[in-house]
Amino acid sequence: MIGALLARREVGLIVMIALVALVVGLIEPRFLTAETLRIVTLAIPLILVAAMGQMMVILARHVDLSIGAILGFAAIVAGMIFRDMPQLPTIVGVLAAIACGAVLGLANGLVVTTFNLPSIIVTLGTLSLYRGLVFLVSGSKQVDPQFIPRGLISMSQTSPIFGIPWIVLIAFAIALATWAFLGYTRTGRQIYAIGSNPVAAPLRSIRVTPVTLFVFTLSGALAGVAGVMYAARFGYVNPGITGVGFEFIVIAAVVVGGVSINGGVGSVLGVTLGVIFLGMVNVALPILGVSAFWQSAIYGAVILLALVVDRTVRIRGAAALTLSRGTA
Amino acid sequence: MTALVSARGVSKSFAGVEVLRDVDLDLAAGEVHALLGENGAGKSTFARIVAGVHRPTSGTIALGGAPVDIASPVIAQSLGITLIHQEPISFPDLSVAENLVLGRSAGGPLARVPWAAMTRDARRLMDVLGVRIDVTRPMRGLSIADQQMVEIARALASDARLIIMDEPTASLTPNEVATLFTIARRLRDEGRAIVFISHRLEEVRDLCDRVTIFRDGARVETAAIGALSDAEIIRRMIGRPHQDYMHKTGVAIGGVALKITGLTRRGAFADISFDVRHGEIVGMGGLVGAGRTDVARAIFGVEPADSGTIEIDGKPATIREPSDAIALGLAFVPEDRAVAGIFRSLSVEANITAAVPGKIAPRGFIRRAVEKTLAADAVKRLRIRLASVRQPIGELSGGNQQKAILARWLMTDPSVLILDEPTRGIDIGVKAEFYDMIGDLAAQGRAILLISSELPELLALCDRVLVMSEGRLTADIPRSEATQERIMSAAVPASAGAAA
Repeated sequence: MIGALLARREVGLIVMIALVALVVGLIEPRFLTAETLRIVTLAIPLILVAAMGQMMVILARHVDLSIGAILGFAAIVAGMIFRDMPQLPTIVGVLAAIACGAVLGLANGLVVTTFNLPSIIVTLGTLSLYRGLVFLVSGSKQVDPQFIPRGLISMSQTSPIFGIPWIVLIAFAIALATWAFLGYTRTGRQIYAIGSNPVAAPLRSIRVTPVTLFVFTLSGALAGVAGVMYAARFGYVNPGITGVGFEFIVIAAVVVGGVSINGGVGSVLGVTLGVIFLGMVNVALPILGVSAFWQSAIYGAVILLALVVDRTVRIRGAAALTLSRGTA
Repeated sequence: MTALVSARGVSKSFAGVEVLRDVDLDLAAGEVHALLGENGAGKSTFARIVAGVHRPTSGTIALGGAPVDIASPVIAQSLGITLIHQEPISFPDLSVAENLVLGRSAGGPLARVPWAAMTRDARRLMDVLGVRIDVTRPMRGLSIADQQMVEIARALASDARLIIMDEPTASLTPNEVATLFTIARRLRDEGRAIVFISHRLEEVRDLCDRVTIFRDGARVETAAIGALSDAEIIRRMIGRPHQDYMHKTGVAIGGVALKITGLTRRGAFADISFDVRHGEIVGMGGLVGAGRTDVARAIFGVEPADSGTIEIDGKPATIREPSDAIALGLAFVPEDRAVAGIFRSLSVEANITAAVPGKIAPRGFIRRAVEKTLAADAVKRLRIRLASVRQPIGELSGGNQQKAILARWLMTDPSVLILDEPTRGIDIGVKAEFYDMIGDLAAQGRAILLISSELPELLALCDRVLVMSEGRLTADIPRSEATQERIMSAAVPASAGAAA
């Protein structure tokens, strides 16, 4: 019973989140305040939204390395529309960003399915290609804060309920929709099936190509949403900075959240907890006064540690199960 | 008997090589029809054509009198034809209930998955089959037998009229085989047609009504099972008279080569003691999961034992990893060659010489000429059938792959040879060659420990038969007293066997 519980990734993650909060709080009591909670909450939405898309891609036994560049492209397109066509309503820029993300994601999917290439290589290529496009369309010029619509920026500040900012609510709404989609629709289950056994999927009349195109398109579109959130949260878009290295954080969150890199296994709850865990570590490091030189290294080490702890706990859990059966 | 499925003039070529030639065959409703033949004889290809996996190069198939084009497995399924693979195809991360439903549920891409109804239906199907499988658990970790039951349940759910089982019993325990046969008979009595592919004649006799024998891509004969003797069946399969397996004679049994005392690994096996002498073939029988393979792996250092001692030629041996064992003159041909034995994409020669890096690459660089000579020599000695020693080993037939693995271990000139199910899934003809080879190896003074689930094999080859049950050694039977009954009664766990 305890073994079965320990074998669940979600429980391990909650324990790790509590541990980090406790340890950091002991060292630096400032950490356990409402202000920290607000900062952590704000660090989450971008990662959470993109992680939902990435999760579906990884569940289908693929990976999308290009989401950081897609985020950058979507954000710069939105920013340029805001700057150069201020007469248009904000929603136009927002929809344009999401559409750009969807198109770039679809392009990834088309190359993967048409030429039957491994997605890790395809998206490694488009990661660079799309970043190049960001520089080309923007002429390498940043979109400055004064051009970002006030309404958009206020999304990360104002709140309709309980003081939780709009973008946080939107991110969790997307997570909830993903949960319903993956768990309760035909296509959602087919994504799991394809990742679990890609060879068998067509034998069960699952149309692998459309589903694969769909997950890549959705991953791109959600990276586009994250691009708009970037503009809302940071108030500027820079071709050389926006979204760089974003894929690393997102994939780490998805994997820490318990999605098997071999596809077929993973829950939205787990990924959400993974995002919260990484968001917390992200916020805790500067509060602890860790120098910027060290932050990246420690961040990476924490991710590895989380994976090692999880694997160890689960092997123990499984062993406990086997033993209790064996001696019964 | 009216034919449910009629194949006429069915041929199939892969890349210009004809693997199936002009086959006419009728399968009737309400019969269990065995397809027999050596590997590569065409029986599996024929089954796959009927199940829509392959399309015939020429010929027609009629279902209930009407010609059909079975272009894909999905179409086959909609026609009521299901193929159950030896290692069932499943989605290991999804639940049993989902595996049952997947591919059959209707609705658009956003159609709701009816979890409650799905689980209820799955439970009902399991009840119909009389098997106890928790339908909410994931497929991963289910035994092969249970996975097959899930496949059969799938077939029932789609109201299959023809169920093809491709070597379903290869990795089942005797109890599981009995359950499978009970269910197969019931499905037959309901008027379905069952096709049963197996290498085991005993099982075919037990279950099947008619038998069709394939050889070299052609149908040789179809007959009622009672009309042919074993010898006649085998003669038609291999195209030459069958010889009984000969026990080696006149081999002097020497001193103790391998002595195991009190070997224990927690959770796997306990207090195992036995010895094997030079020139002796010691069999090890028991049910699948009795711990035989675990003992072999412990001796060879793959997963060392927690306690107990191993002596080789009277000297205590410390074996912490396989390289220690190899250095001491041990060799181990593992059970599942696909997983533990071959390097699939590497050449035959690289596979054969893999255990002797020192011989082919004395200074770290591989001498291709030496590698080739050594491999070619082994190929000739073991009569391995191949196009070139440079071809990937994955392209060879199962029996020839197994020979190559044996060749690899003979390269190290071992004095103790542990063979774990060496003839599983290989042709009768090649089997006989293997038996000769094992006899020859013993005659050279090597000590041989032969793990096998095939009782006739143990009885024919071994000087003594050890039996394991639930991690313990339960019998050590000399050749003169060994019978199938004695081995089985020692193999069945005490709680299950009424006599004990």
